[in-house]
Amino acid sequence: MAADSLINWGLLSLNAPGWGGVLLQGFFNSIQIAVGGFTLGLALGIGGAFGKLYGGPVLRDLLECYTTVVRAVPELVLILLLYYAGTDLLNQVLALFSIGPVDISGLMAGIFVIGVVQGAYSTEVLRGAIKAVPAGQIEAARAYGMSPTKVLRRITLPAMLPYAIPGLSNLWLIATKDTALLAVVGFSELTLVTRQAAGTTKAYLLFFLAAGALYLALTLVSNVFIGMLERHARRGFAESR
Amino acid sequence: MTDETTHAVAFTPEDLPTAKSFFVPHRIVMMLVFAAFVVAVAVFMRWDWLPRYLPRLGWGILVSLVMLFSTAILGFLLAVPIGLVQVTGPWFLKLPAKIFCTVIRGTPLLLQLWLLYYGLGSLFPQFPAIRQSFLWPYLREAWPYGVAALTISFAAYEGEVMRGAFAGVPPGELEAAKAYGMGRWAMFRRIWLPRAIHRALPTLNGETVLQLKSTPLVATVTVVDVYAVISKVRQETFLTYEPLLLLALIYMCLTGILVVAFRTFENRIPTRGA
Amino acid sequence: MKKALKVLAVAAAIAVSGGVAASAEALKVGVAAEPYPPFTAPDASGNWEGWEVEFMNAMCAEAKLECVLTPVAWDGIIPALTSKKIDMIISSMSITDERLKTIDFSDKYYNTPTGIIGTKGVDIKSTPESLNGKTLGVQVSTVHQAYAAKHFAPAGVEVKEYQTQDEANNDLAAGRLDAVQADAIALKAFLATDQGKECCDYKGDVAEDVAVIGPGVGVGLRKGETELKDKVNAAIKAIRDNGSYDTFSKKYFDFDIYGE
Repeated sequence: MAADSLINWGLLSLNAPGWGGVLLQGFFNSIQIAVGGFTLGLALGIGGAFGKLYGGPVLRDLLECYTTVVRAVPELVLILLLYYAGTDLLNQVLALFSIGPVDISGLMAGIFVIGVVQGAYSTEVLRGAIKAVPAGQIEAARAYGMSPTKVLRRITLPAMLPYAIPGLSNLWLIATKDTALLAVVGFSELTLVTRQAAGTTKAYLLFFLAAGALYLALTLVSNVFIGMLERHARRGFAESR
Repeated sequence: MTDETTHAVAFTPEDLPTAKSFFVPHRIVMMLVFAAFVVAVAVFMRWDWLPRYLPRLGWGILVSLVMLFSTAILGFLLAVPIGLVQVTGPWFLKLPAKIFCTVIRGTPLLLQLWLLYYGLGSLFPQFPAIRQSFLWPYLREAWPYGVAALTISFAAYEGEVMRGAFAGVPPGELEAAKAYGMGRWAMFRRIWLPRAIHRALPTLNGETVLQLKSTPLVATVTVVDVYAVISKVRQETFLTYEPLLLLALIYMCLTGILVVAFRTFENRIPTRGA
Repeated sequence: MKKALKVLAVAAAIAVSGGVAASAEALKVGVAAEPYPPFTAPDASGNWEGWEVEFMNAMCAEAKLECVLTPVAWDGIIPALTSKKIDMIISSMSITDERLKTIDFSDKYYNTPTGIIGTKGVDIKSTPESLNGKTLGVQVSTVHQAYAAKHFAPAGVEVKEYQTQDEANNDLAAGRLDAVQADAIALKAFLATDQGKECCDYKGDVAEDVAVIGPGVGVGLRKGETELKDKVNAAIKAIRDNGSYDTFSKKYFDFDIYGE
């Protein structure tokens, strides 16, 4: 039986008796959540980083609490808390603006959860990157009479990119792997559908290895793009590390 | 993972506030607001279940900590050779070490854990030799799989850090050791390893906090850690927020204690210069 | 700032409502996101099938409700209901006094005995004395777990809890457990699989305890939603009376799963 379950490649075929199609659908869901969560996290992170650097004392402390909590509590716990509490909260906020409660899909909840976690991480990464931009460049822009948004758009954001890209690419890889934790709340991403397939067919090794290969492929493909991006962003920099 | 990213995803010693930093007017107001919030949580939410579960929670925390320290120590012991062979080893050691790090770091820990427990674990009993061996009573349990998965993961991430740390020790120091007539082993033991560990220490702190953040995953393979105890509370009381809030608080305290311990430890290591 | 927040909130609302295809009236029916044959299990094309899925379709059609099957983690299925992630639970959930404190139930729609399976060739019976010193697997937050905690754990049986029934069965086959207690039908379905045939056999039903096991399985509903409850109850009665319940049950069972 062990040999059977190891070599029964038919189980991975894309059409109905095989589970390949279901696995790919789950993989697609995982990627969607990772992309959505990473993007949301980036938006939160840009806001958070600027708030932490240029905001008032209260805002700064609140952001400090946010990043501290997220960095000190396991993702799994945060995901459970946000998954159950977050959507409740969103509906209550919407009710404040007198917009009726909305029906939140599992996908949206997943993106929200991963996004909030990633937001804290990107806040820290971006804050470090902004601080690495030589102050003279920003002062020069101000001296030219640029408005704060213009300084942000034309100077700070482009100048910090080379410093931010290594950290952000690590966060992207973390985001892709954190989607697996949504299996614990029953969202049909790759890890959960893998377990369903494995549980139904009893071919545990085959399916877990197949899912591992998919995650690994995602990481390796991402690494290629990250390398290209990094070279592009660092053009004109002296090679240091 | 680079040093900065570890800092971004894990709470580290440099984030610790100083006692003085709390005595700023707006912070005092914020703390009062927060205290009011805590009182409201304590009064308006249900906590009557807490005394019944306290002993089990204590055990759960202990299991989590044992999981953390055993896997961090074992993982680190594996990480040293993994990092070293990637810097100086011959290709037939370098390549497997590199592949190991890439594969483990490229796949989710939860998947690795389930692969070990459900995949490998369901293969073992099919071999009578394993079933009759002295290892079987251990292989029946869940914790060896949790320890194995966490150790492997820590070794891979830390192996990468140690690779950088070994490579980053200034060649001049190693040459000086050679000039003193140290053998390869003496040089490794007295100069290269201590200097590399010293360089890796800040990242090591962060990685250990990250490891603590990974431990609750073992609850998904029936290890009864603090996360599992809280799950049990959730299932028996049908409460959602209270147990999870308590769990978050517990992990924050554990992280805080860990980080303070690290800082004390780091301060005791003599450093000269910058 | 406030305006910006409002814009954000509206944008979020649009994004969120764009994310859900189903209309607001469609009821989300929660099932545990795990294979639980023959009641609910995903097939290789990702569709859910089984007796309970057919029950759901028949009941919803009868009550003229638009139902969408929504997989949820079993251990969070009650919070999912109370926090409105789902509107009904049709997931072989037994009606118990403990659960009735938090949620409401329809009338029962099936009732089956509780049994124990164990490793083949090992002489154990479904009694506390016989299982003394053995390891018994149950699924968390089920009546079986409550039963095992009350009757088996005090008698020296090590009770191990699993997130899903499937994992408990698998660990029994893997030799990590000596026995598993669960719904007799689900266990017999497992024994009919290749893995089950090879490893285990049925050791017997457990002694009755209606206080723990409850009067049967019902549709889980939020408290206070009496209108929906009445509709569901009427529909269950109607499909029992008009024979459609028997029609789809025959495909799965050769006896009346409804019980007494």
